[in-house]
Amino acid sequence: MKLRNSQQLFQLFMAHLKEIIREPGVIFWGIVFPILMALGLGIAFTKKGEQIKTLVIIAPTGQVEQTLNEVDRLFQQRGRIEPASEKTPSLYTFTLINEKVGNVTYRLIPADWEQAIILLKRGNIDLILELKEGKVDYHFDPGKPEAELLYFQLSKLLNSGLGVTVNSSENIEPLTLTGTRYIDFLIPGLIAMGIMMSSLWGISYGIIEKRSKKLLRRMIATPMKRSLFLITLITVRTVMNFLEAALLFLFAWIFFHISIQGNILALLLMFVNGNIAFSGIAIFVCCRTANTEIGNGLINAVVLPLMVLSGIFFSYHNFPDWSIPFIQKLPLTMLADGIRSIFIEGAGLNETLLPSFILLLIGTVFFSAGLKIFKWY
Amino acid sequence: MPQAFAENQAAIIVKNVHKSFKIVQAVRGVSLTIPHGEFVGLLGPNGAGKTTLVEMIEGIQKPDSGEIIIDGKQWHGNREELHKIIGISLQETQFIDKLTVRETLTLFASFYELPSRRVNEILELTGLTEKSKSYVVNLSGGQRQRLALGLALLNEPRILLLDEPTTGLDPTARQAIWNILLTLREERKTSLILTTHYMEEAEFLCDYIILIDQGKILREGTLPQLLAGQQKAIEFTLENKLDDAMEFPAAQHLNIYWNPQQARGTLLIKDLDQELPLFFNYLKNHQLRLQNLECRQQTLNDLFISLTGRKIEDEIEK
Repeated sequence: MKLRNSQQLFQLFMAHLKEIIREPGVIFWGIVFPILMALGLGIAFTKKGEQIKTLVIIAPTGQVEQTLNEVDRLFQQRGRIEPASEKTPSLYTFTLINEKVGNVTYRLIPADWEQAIILLKRGNIDLILELKEGKVDYHFDPGKPEAELLYFQLSKLLNSGLGVTVNSSENIEPLTLTGTRYIDFLIPGLIAMGIMMSSLWGISYGIIEKRSKKLLRRMIATPMKRSLFLITLITVRTVMNFLEAALLFLFAWIFFHISIQGNILALLLMFVNGNIAFSGIAIFVCCRTANTEIGNGLINAVVLPLMVLSGIFFSYHNFPDWSIPFIQKLPLTMLADGIRSIFIEGAGLNETLLPSFILLLIGTVFFSAGLKIFKWY
Repeated sequence: MPQAFAENQAAIIVKNVHKSFKIVQAVRGVSLTIPHGEFVGLLGPNGAGKTTLVEMIEGIQKPDSGEIIIDGKQWHGNREELHKIIGISLQETQFIDKLTVRETLTLFASFYELPSRRVNEILELTGLTEKSKSYVVNLSGGQRQRLALGLALLNEPRILLLDEPTTGLDPTARQAIWNILLTLREERKTSLILTTHYMEEAEFLCDYIILIDQGKILREGTLPQLLAGQQKAIEFTLENKLDDAMEFPAAQHLNIYWNPQQARGTLLIKDLDQELPLFFNYLKNHQLRLQNLECRQQTLNDLFISLTGRKIEDEIEK
């Protein structure tokens, strides 16, 4: 770069940077929010504490006490009848002690059919028990995994004499090894999503806003180099994304002891190319419109499907088989899978070079196409 | 402008330029020549085509037909060179909210490779030194316009194009902008095209005024040239309550313009002795009773009224 442009380059870089870091909202949404999300999801899905499972036991009106006594006999007096308080009606609780997978408390609420159905519809309960002449009837939706699981647990409990929960020939070994927990799956996904979100919202929305404010038009009415304007914008975003990802990783390392098992160089390459891919897409998305509401729609149209499909929060292998090859070619999937493979599978340059290169290509194609039809005014 | 004016001496030459947007013909065959160092006002109501014309001169819009030559060069192929000698201020530009005044000036100065000394000079010239550390978002309308003007002046432009630099400003803020421009005019190094719908702005600042309406030049010249032959204007109000829907009675041989919103009329007079008695007769014949009458010198607005039947600034209020 010629020296005469270096001042321009530096000033543009600083202007873009100051614009970001002087907005407190940017710091919150870019750095604090992903960390909170990781914390929330990480705790919810990783550390299983005591669980409470609520179900309804059908009790015809006026027969609550009698029903609870029957339930108590069913559970061989191991649980207890909680007397009605001001806030809650009387109900039956039974706690299954299990040191390895955590205690489970079953809470049986006596109710008539009408109330039971309402609770079921609201999603408060998954299963309804009914006692008929000494027999136990289970009512639940077999298509709902939680309901089915609850049925199996209760059925096993009531048929095994309540004492035996773990067969002597079985042994539960909870997986808490690094790399196999949900949080290990989640953090690389969050980093990939962070790159996408901040590129699209930061670059696209920023440009559309500057266009609608006529600032782009004003800037290019000077000898400013247009390419420098875009290059500095993308560079600043990449630097910010690096910072965000590093802080997220630092947090996950301290709280969840996450580690990077693969090649750091491969990770850096993946990261940079991921940024290039989404910066390119961002430039393409914002190349024409000057209307921030249309911009909003355009960005969401890109971001939302990718977020749902690309296996950020849960594996995309739950989608139908025919869609998997397609999903795997999406840029966010490639980035998330790439970062994940380096983080938890110990992948190196060999395994990630191809997806990394494809991301670079995607970025270049979208950037060039966007620039061709870019409207400065 | 004298036609004999040699083309190579002109700062800006516009030759028979047309520009249309979909169904609107914004500029319809405008030609003008602006010599170096001259301050020219493009005066007309909103939608007259001023901004489109200026944006074509700025190189932002391309004319459908016609030619624009700036300092002897066309935009095509000379973009970078021309940007260096032109300073512009667009209508209603906003800058980066969270940059300070000084940072904004420094950023733009870097595009022209100017030293920080120039930023200080501009801060002083525009009276923004005290505000140099304020974020742009916290500036008042007047301060923001002064910043926009300061940015336009950074590169000591030989040609300055200002699109409605004082629209929406209070009189004090407007005066501050005028003072900066007057300083510039004394130096005679800069040619200025200023669009405005404030006639007093054009009268006060400009050597040469071009009245423009519906994409065409209505009249042009210096202020005395434009107002020569126009003598007096009489403003009057009536005791009669005129129905909004009722047409003001037509008057033969008299230049009367009735403004129904303000319920006042203007009579443009060339010969007081002849036309005043006619006016009184006219009022009597239509049973109109005068409430108030004021006689004054004619202004550009009166000229615009006599040419179009509309006031320049009324258009804005609508």
